[in-house]
Amino acid sequence: MATQSKSFVDNLGKIYGGYAGGFIGFVILLAILEQMGVSNKVIGYCFVFLTIGVYAYIGILSRTSELSEYYVAGRVVPPFFNGMATGADWMSAASFISMAGGLYLAGYGGLGYVLGWTGGYVLVGVLLAPYLRKFGQFTVPDFLGVRYEGNTARVCGVVVLFCASFTYIVAQTFGIGIITSRFLDIPFEVAIFVGLLGILVCSMLGGMRAVTWTQVAQYIILIIAYLVPVVWLSFKLYGNPLPQLAYGSVLEQIAQFEQKLGILKPHSAAYVDAKGQFSWVEFNNFWALVLTLMIGTASLPHILMRYFTTPNVRDARTSVGWSIFFIFLLYFTAPAYAAFAKLEVYTNVIGQPIASLPAWVQNWSQVGGLLTIKDANSDGILQLGEFIINQDIIVLSMPEIAGLPYVISGLVAAGGLAAALSTADGLLLAIANALSHDIYYKMIDPKASTVRRLVVARVLLVAVALVAAAVAGTRPAGIIQMVAWAFSLAAAGLFAPLVLGIWWKRTTGAGAIAGMIVGFGVCAFYLVGTRYFDMPLWFGIRNISSALFGLPLAFLVTWVVSLMTSAPSKEMQDFVDSIRVPRGELAWVKGAQHD
Amino acid sequence: MAEQGKMADFTPAKREAYWRKTSRLMWIIMALWVFFSFVIPAFAVQLNSIVIAGFPLGFYMAAQGSLISYVVLCFWNASAQNKIDEEFGVAED
Repeated sequence: MATQSKSFVDNLGKIYGGYAGGFIGFVILLAILEQMGVSNKVIGYCFVFLTIGVYAYIGILSRTSELSEYYVAGRVVPPFFNGMATGADWMSAASFISMAGGLYLAGYGGLGYVLGWTGGYVLVGVLLAPYLRKFGQFTVPDFLGVRYEGNTARVCGVVVLFCASFTYIVAQTFGIGIITSRFLDIPFEVAIFVGLLGILVCSMLGGMRAVTWTQVAQYIILIIAYLVPVVWLSFKLYGNPLPQLAYGSVLEQIAQFEQKLGILKPHSAAYVDAKGQFSWVEFNNFWALVLTLMIGTASLPHILMRYFTTPNVRDARTSVGWSIFFIFLLYFTAPAYAAFAKLEVYTNVIGQPIASLPAWVQNWSQVGGLLTIKDANSDGILQLGEFIINQDIIVLSMPEIAGLPYVISGLVAAGGLAAALSTADGLLLAIANALSHDIYYKMIDPKASTVRRLVVARVLLVAVALVAAAVAGTRPAGIIQMVAWAFSLAAAGLFAPLVLGIWWKRTTGAGAIAGMIVGFGVCAFYLVGTRYFDMPLWFGIRNISSALFGLPLAFLVTWVVSLMTSAPSKEMQDFVDSIRVPRGELAWVKGAQHD
Repeated sequence: MAEQGKMADFTPAKREAYWRKTSRLMWIIMALWVFFSFVIPAFAVQLNSIVIAGFPLGFYMAAQGSLISYVVLCFWNASAQNKIDEEFGVAED
């Protein structure tokens, strides 16, 4: 197996290059079939089943019976490809489908997400990834368990990981159900389980190894699907195939329309309330959101564990660079989507006779609840206030706005599906590995054989996936809202013990545990209190940024309690020293269990 | 084992100097990260009065400018840290 994977890794460029070319050929073939009269439904089926089929094929090919392959992909993933895999791992259905729409609705305010969901990688690359790679074990709670000498810290880590990742995976499963049901035209409850199969075939047999190579394949599809419609539109309207540069003039035209239509809150204006006045509440919430999302990025275990898979510490650092580059490609395009869609609406929709609206508006207004047109004053003309649009439509309808054939809509669906599946897989693996490695192997049965450990890992994987699908199947209200909670919970619970564990040798086990409990506790208290018990907001900070209170407290408590307890042993300090240097063996503390 | 032999030259004094340099790089990058993530957005209202190619500058920085800086910072960190590693002879083979 080892020799096989060697030649595979050496030929990655050729393999994935051929794969990308094959995929483009497949899209062109479908486009030709569409012109020959093949129905939309068949094209939708082709996209969903063929892409899931490819992922399944990679997943089965990457099956393994070795622990290090299962948990960390054998540590052979080159930085460039790990960057792609991280991109797919990171960008979820929310990034792919909803973010551009959020920018459409919120204007400058929505850029908090664009900044927050990218800048965290600087923290990952500088503060954490290289040192966790040097540590060289299987999971994030593993680090806490070894550094803070005991299972209390390990369990705290697992609890935070579980709370942060589970809501997130439920939302991804929900997204997969929505996309699959729309394009296969099957009931949502059935679609969820089709999607579940798609998740499991990628991860069950090969663990991290299989997830890594499917995520690379998924990244390629999602980035092609995201860029094609908007590049096409930009080229058609402005003769410029770089929408990211062309939308400057679009922003100018939007500003002119805003004056004409009497819109009080301009698209590009920063920190304004609904009346267009500067607002400190908006200002504070903007930076609080940016900070929460960035720190959360650097604390989410499904992202951190991707850097366990590179061949060495140096590659882990470079890999963070590639990750942010591949993520950047999508994120700096999203505001262009929003601008193009807004200009289209202002030019061809608002103020037009309702009887002669563009086809895409008529099509989408027939799909339940996503786009509403109500002629409130019965004058037959569509006014601004009579047009209500859901944020998910912007990306989904762009192919129709650009006048592209249906095959591109299918492509976008395949991209959304790839984004949701890849993130779900990463999260699923993070949860199941924490349960099987940290709870089962490290705490319940440290003598378990390799075969047994892999069986347990797979059983737990399937169990977590089934529970996530069952919860998503009940269509829990506000679950999408809860995704943002994942960032706050992870940031408040994990960032301080991870960063201080590496950068401040004096951090003690008691300090870290107290910090985790207080940080996570305060954050959860604020989230639940403001969401369900009408607790007033503190300083007007919305609950999406609740880490703002837990995070500094976690640092403060860790610091104070660490200084109150006796310093870590000489052996532990030597161990931290050995983590800080790329070369050399780790100086394990006596009695610390490791693989 | 050869690796451990080389690491024997890595005296406590060298280790301290290595970590001081590494920490300095960390603080420089963190300062730039704060600048692009919080300082520039704090002046978005003022920057928006400057318009380049249709983009109000405050909007542009949050939509693209700061993102480009993150990509550069990550790659720069990787290469600068690697130079430090090589200088102290602790880079991996």
